[in-house]
Amino acid sequence: MAAYVIRRLLSVIPITVGVMFITFFVFRVVGGNPAYRIAGKNATPARIAQISRERGYDKPLFLNFHQFPSHLLDAQFPQLCGNLLRLDFGQSVVTRERVGTMLREGVGPSLCVTTPLFVIELVLGVGLALLAAYYRNTWIDRGLVVFSVMGMSVSTLVYIMLAQYWLASQWRLFPVWGFESPRYLILPVLVGTIAGVGGELRFYRTVMLDEMYQEYVRTARAKGVSSRRILFHHVLRNALIPILTNVIVAIPFLYTGALLLENFFGIPGLGRLTVMALFNFDDDVVFATTFIGSVLFVLFNALTDIAYTWADPRIRLQ
Amino acid sequence: MSAFLQDVYGIDRSRSPEGLWNIAWRQLRRNRLAMCCLAILCVYTATWLYAEGIFWTAKIRGTVPDYKISHYEIRNGPPSPSHPLGTNFAGRDNLKQLIQGTRIAFELGLLTSIVVIPLGFVLGALAGYFGGKLDSAIVYLFSVVASVPDILLIMSITYVTRAAVERSAAMQSVTRYIDAGLLSICVGMGFTGWVGLCRIIRGEYLKHRERQYVLAARSLGVSHGAIIFRHIMPNVAHLIIINFSLRFPGLILTEVVLSYLGIGIASEPSWGTIINDAKQRLWLGNWWELGGATVAMFFLVLALNLFGDALRDALDPKLRIAEARTG
Repeated sequence: MAAYVIRRLLSVIPITVGVMFITFFVFRVVGGNPAYRIAGKNATPARIAQISRERGYDKPLFLNFHQFPSHLLDAQFPQLCGNLLRLDFGQSVVTRERVGTMLREGVGPSLCVTTPLFVIELVLGVGLALLAAYYRNTWIDRGLVVFSVMGMSVSTLVYIMLAQYWLASQWRLFPVWGFESPRYLILPVLVGTIAGVGGELRFYRTVMLDEMYQEYVRTARAKGVSSRRILFHHVLRNALIPILTNVIVAIPFLYTGALLLENFFGIPGLGRLTVMALFNFDDDVVFATTFIGSVLFVLFNALTDIAYTWADPRIRLQ
Repeated sequence: MSAFLQDVYGIDRSRSPEGLWNIAWRQLRRNRLAMCCLAILCVYTATWLYAEGIFWTAKIRGTVPDYKISHYEIRNGPPSPSHPLGTNFAGRDNLKQLIQGTRIAFELGLLTSIVVIPLGFVLGALAGYFGGKLDSAIVYLFSVVASVPDILLIMSITYVTRAAVERSAAMQSVTRYIDAGLLSICVGMGFTGWVGLCRIIRGEYLKHRERQYVLAARSLGVSHGAIIFRHIMPNVAHLIIINFSLRFPGLILTEVVLSYLGIGIASEPSWGTIINDAKQRLWLGNWWELGGATVAMFFLVLALNLFGDALRDALDPKLRIAEARTG
């Protein structure tokens, strides 16, 4: 088991390097020298050369063969990896702030939105899925499924617009925009829940129904166990494994923030930060958010696998 | 035996055995909801073809199509007999815009699939069939792609592709017919969307390569390529269609988000751009523009979702057995 855990955790490294490689490839190789984009359309060659020198864009991309072997790693990609490893995220092109500081400032507002959203969606999703599974193949079940699919068929953007227009602007129930007091969080969380709960319900319902058709349910029924007891004591406990998996995998997204909600409701979180960075060609910020997002994602995936083997002894360690 | 089967189970051995698709179609036809969805999908497909007709007629004649001509004197008009959904900020008919939006949505689905299906299928098949080092490499590749925050990767690829397409002279001949924004969105979503299909196909090939019929083909000296594409592929091809019908709604919804973020379609009216344009008019009380686009999108996404589910239920025999077991 220990060997498996270590091996699984070590697998985080190559994946993260791969992620950084893709991001780097898209931004620096396909996108070309960022100095041109930073300097703008009317830049002089001298200005571009200056930016390139300052930010190290004039170095070779992957390996420095000009000064082989002493400065082989004196190139953009190895240095980026080295910096990220030391948690040195560099400096924003736009605000001249340290990226580390920007991230620290953004994580609070992001968590303020995503955590309540996550908890409410989970509770509602599992609760309604239990209801649907209990009344499966009746109109309650079908109604819930149809409603969840209908909810998923409207763009989140439309929910946001309608909520801002009706609830905030016309009826003045909530503030339209901003991040000042908990009152400002109600609308984003409400909209996020409405937009997201359909998918959750559908997923958890499938999980429950998968369990419903297992042999042990039939055995329990044959023994005369009541439907309710089967659902809550037999099915729910077994369904907890996929539910937990889903929950653990979703945790990293709490950190990366809710991109649309943050942008529309003016919440200064990480989602907003990332989008702004992407538009301003602020590549240090993009690399940092991608790096942290993917490390968390891979790490939590590894944890899920480990938790899985621990929770379900039938799964063989490889 | 044959008579026994016929008497007890009503199975007629003299008839040729029914294929997966026949059984699936029969099951689908019994599903009233699925049939309603199919009808809706047919209406949308017809609309799409009609919109393509308008678009290409204008292209070939070299004229500006009707839906693009501005009439500023009637801008932001309310619904009226001549404009059932009103007019937008440039006085263009909203209904005509929505019809073209249907075309963009379908083109989005199809163009993205041109990237997703070959990439996902071939990589998945190779990984599952050959296993070993190749499998590890492909699994590594899709784990990496899956680990990049989804929307971030789509946005970056779209953004960078857009710049590359607009710079290159060779792409000019393509972007005259297909919007540069649409093309780059499709590339962006294609290179992130293949992972799901690849996973499914890999899993199926892992299972199928152990089957007897593959062993039989191998011992008869059939080449690996022929086994992958001629022997196993027909057994897993339905998964491509299921995957497509379940992925398509996601594409349409993502396009709206991308349009909002400003990296969407530039010169054609997509549902995303219509919704984003309608945003400002909503504050003036013009709800019909947003309403029209939302409803148009709603029914297509809903029908695709429900039909995709029904298709999966009908084509996945394992699930059918599970359903039948508990009756």
